[in-house]
Amino acid sequence: MTDTRDELETRGPASGPPPLLRFVAAKVGGGVVSLFLVAVLGFFLFRVLPGDPARTMTRSTPVSAEQLAALRHRFGLDQPLYLQFRDFLLNLLHGDLGTSYIYNRPVAELIVERIGPTVLLVGTATVLAVLVGLWMGTRAAWRQGGVVDRWFTSVGLTLWSVPTFWLGLLLLMAFGVGVGPLPGLFPVAGMSSPDVPAGVVARVLDVAHHLVLPCVTLVAVIYAQFMMVMRTSLLEEMGAEYLTTARAKGLREDLVRRRHAVPNALLPTVTLIFLHLGLVVAGAITVETVFSWPGLGLLTYEALRVPDLPLLQGTFIVLAGSVIVMNVLAELIYRFLDPRVRDS
Amino acid sequence: MRSSGARRAAPRALLLILTLLLAALVPALGKHEPATAADSPNGGGVTLRVGIQQEFDSLNPFLGFSLASTDVFRLIYPTLTTYSAEDFSVVPELATDWKSSEDKLTWTFHIRQGVNWSDGRPVTAHDVAYTFKRMMNDPAAATANGNYVDNFSSVSAPDDRTVVIRTESPQATMRSIAAPIVPRHVWSRIDNVAEFANQRMPVVGSGPFVATEYRPQQYLTLRANEDFWRGAPTIDRLRFVNFENSDAAVQALRKGDIDVVRDLTPTQFDALRGTDDIHRVRGKGRRFFEIVLNPGAANSAGDPIGTGHPALRDARVRRAIDRAIDRERLVERVLGGYGTVGAGYLPPIFEDYYWTPPPETRRPFSIEAANRALNEAGYPRGPDGVRRGPSGRALDFEFVLHGDSPTDALVGKFVKEWLSRLGIRVRPQPVSDNQVNQRTTAGDFDMVVSGWSVNPDPDYVLRLQTCGARPKPGGGGLPDSFLCDRRYDELYARQLAEFDHSKRVDLIREAQHRFHRMATGLILFYPNTLEAYRSDRFEGFESQPSEDGVITAQQGYWGYYGARPTEQARTASGGAGYRSAAFVVVGVLLLGAIVVASVAARRRHTAEHRE
Repeated sequence: MTDTRDELETRGPASGPPPLLRFVAAKVGGGVVSLFLVAVLGFFLFRVLPGDPARTMTRSTPVSAEQLAALRHRFGLDQPLYLQFRDFLLNLLHGDLGTSYIYNRPVAELIVERIGPTVLLVGTATVLAVLVGLWMGTRAAWRQGGVVDRWFTSVGLTLWSVPTFWLGLLLLMAFGVGVGPLPGLFPVAGMSSPDVPAGVVARVLDVAHHLVLPCVTLVAVIYAQFMMVMRTSLLEEMGAEYLTTARAKGLREDLVRRRHAVPNALLPTVTLIFLHLGLVVAGAITVETVFSWPGLGLLTYEALRVPDLPLLQGTFIVLAGSVIVMNVLAELIYRFLDPRVRDS
Repeated sequence: MRSSGARRAAPRALLLILTLLLAALVPALGKHEPATAADSPNGGGVTLRVGIQQEFDSLNPFLGFSLASTDVFRLIYPTLTTYSAEDFSVVPELATDWKSSEDKLTWTFHIRQGVNWSDGRPVTAHDVAYTFKRMMNDPAAATANGNYVDNFSSVSAPDDRTVVIRTESPQATMRSIAAPIVPRHVWSRIDNVAEFANQRMPVVGSGPFVATEYRPQQYLTLRANEDFWRGAPTIDRLRFVNFENSDAAVQALRKGDIDVVRDLTPTQFDALRGTDDIHRVRGKGRRFFEIVLNPGAANSAGDPIGTGHPALRDARVRRAIDRAIDRERLVERVLGGYGTVGAGYLPPIFEDYYWTPPPETRRPFSIEAANRALNEAGYPRGPDGVRRGPSGRALDFEFVLHGDSPTDALVGKFVKEWLSRLGIRVRPQPVSDNQVNQRTTAGDFDMVVSGWSVNPDPDYVLRLQTCGARPKPGGGGLPDSFLCDRRYDELYARQLAEFDHSKRVDLIREAQHRFHRMATGLILFYPNTLEAYRSDRFEGFESQPSEDGVITAQQGYWGYYGARPTEQARTASGGAGYRSAAFVVVGVLLLGAIVVASVAARRRHTAEHRE
């Protein structure tokens, strides 16, 4: 028994699970601390906003001063800030994000409802954007300066700099409503039609149909960054000696690219994909607003308009949280993918 | 290399995924397709689809106060009385008739016989009494409509058909209590009103429609109530569809995805001109827009608060500013012509109360006259051309605007230009809505753009200008222009206690006259409400008021209740859109698969070639 333990202890730091565990623990721990800071920041950030939420809620509605006082009491707004903060922290530990002013429902419940549609939209769009972006980036780099490169780069950068809102509206008019004799092919708003016949397949098809325009908009705007990162990192690899070696071995050009250059160039892209997954949830706000897609982005937009403090705070925590979680995941996965990081 | 296999497989994996998707979809399509047109899950019939740009804040009638929600409550729940479609006069609804005692403190309402809740139980006086009592005793239940019962001392139902309400003081608005009445047998089981979402479908009500399906931020569907006491509506269903973006809503109307849109901007309204099968409705609006001039804000104890410019305490300065505003131009340029020039407090949609200044008190636009008035009042121009007050302080005003409102931005620009010609410097300050509210309540402004929606009974907005509306020393209160004028207050109090309609109208007009004279709020204009609907599918919307009225968001249910489907709407098949949609999706997937396949093939080909 003792022998084995000794053995483990001596061998541990070099290759066994403890350093990995320590690494994971450190990263996850850092993430948890960041999450907590985000929550605290969220609380004070939204308390700094000037104005009386109760008054804002009831704008242009006949309410008496007593009603306003009752509203303030119900949402705890009549309490001193430190008490509000204490309650907020206690509730947060129980997973309670408070009650939304505009929906009169628990914030956590509202967020959980909206996560599905956003993950569907953002997930599909990211997968497509990554596939399209990586493929185009490889093509562009391999024929650097050629016609393909120039076209891919300029189209990609143009779309990347186009305002999402405007692009969405253009697509909506062209493919949702139709231009001239062309009929509109896709729904202009929402995630499902109320008239869909029963049956899982019909419903899936219906959602897919609604997904097309928002998804295409999102892909058009975000694919360029994957393309550019892939292009740049592949260009960096292209001068590398191991490629010359590969060519010297007599490998054909195609194989040199796919088996040698691309896998190495992929590493920076992986990090980008994960970071991006965290950010894009927030980026979906515009697309969701244009196409009335009932996701987290739209919920945030609604909350901002009022503004609905508990809801804003909740979405803020979830959005910031997703960035943190994806960051931690990216670091963990990077370590797994890149032996150099693992060894150091 | 570790991942080289994966690399090569990427396009093929995509191809595989697409093929699998297709394989899964195609047979299913064939199987489901024939059923599509025939069995709509909603049971056939005609649905009127209305695009709305506001979320329902709650389906609980005690809590919801967004316009979208109150609009729906009118369709689902009964009210004691309602407003006629013709001219907003108070007409019987659940109450067939009512009378008040000599001292005007006791009101007796008789409840209509033969009205049933949608679950079959009869609607009785006990439901009415229960609803009001709950609002009086449960603060959460007073959230949305508590102001109606503020002055109630007791409510009782001596029998099934009679409701007796006692008030603390005489109240002329007793005939227009627009609070939704809820079924006692359902709501008495709800302990915590504040946390009750009221989303168990179908929602028990007794209005012309019954809520049957709700998807937050997507749509709310109501079916016609066959048992409605006035008779079932002609349409079979009514559906409110959420649009976050009004341009998308307009496009959906063009396409035929929805039948009615409301709250159009002048640009959108103009763009729809001459479009086939779309009828536009230009209705009088219920809102007024004003510029509030800080007359020296004070709280309800009379202590001065805020940072208002002292020159604005002088009514002569306020009136001079009023004369320098060209309202015709504002209506033309800011509203695109879709509105009415303002002067009196209440908009012309309420014909009875609408007041315009008589010739002797009117202040027509004239920069010269305004300049003259300021000279006479003792505000000479300084060396820099800016006028100085008696204390020597320059007339330099902070103009608070709603930062997200294009209307405010334009108004700010015009007013700044006009006042500069008076020797008054204006500094527009666009801020968030929240800050507008905060600064106006605190009196921290010189000028601010304000505006209110007026109810058929104008009591609420009239009260905003009384001394009592000023903020309490500890906060609270709902000030608008911080007017505190004994004469105005007296007229306000008299109209509230006046039960003779024509006498009350006179008092309300006189109060407006006084408000105009004090010039603390300069009424700029009353914007039109712009709507449009598919005339190929629907007709017969009853507008409120009958002349130049609106068809949606009424003070009643007349618009949707009166809508009739055209022959075309009756015969159109509902499933066609869905079927073509399915084909489009399959087409797109096929196209994608072909592209991927050809690329993969080409790659393999060139690779072999190179070898």
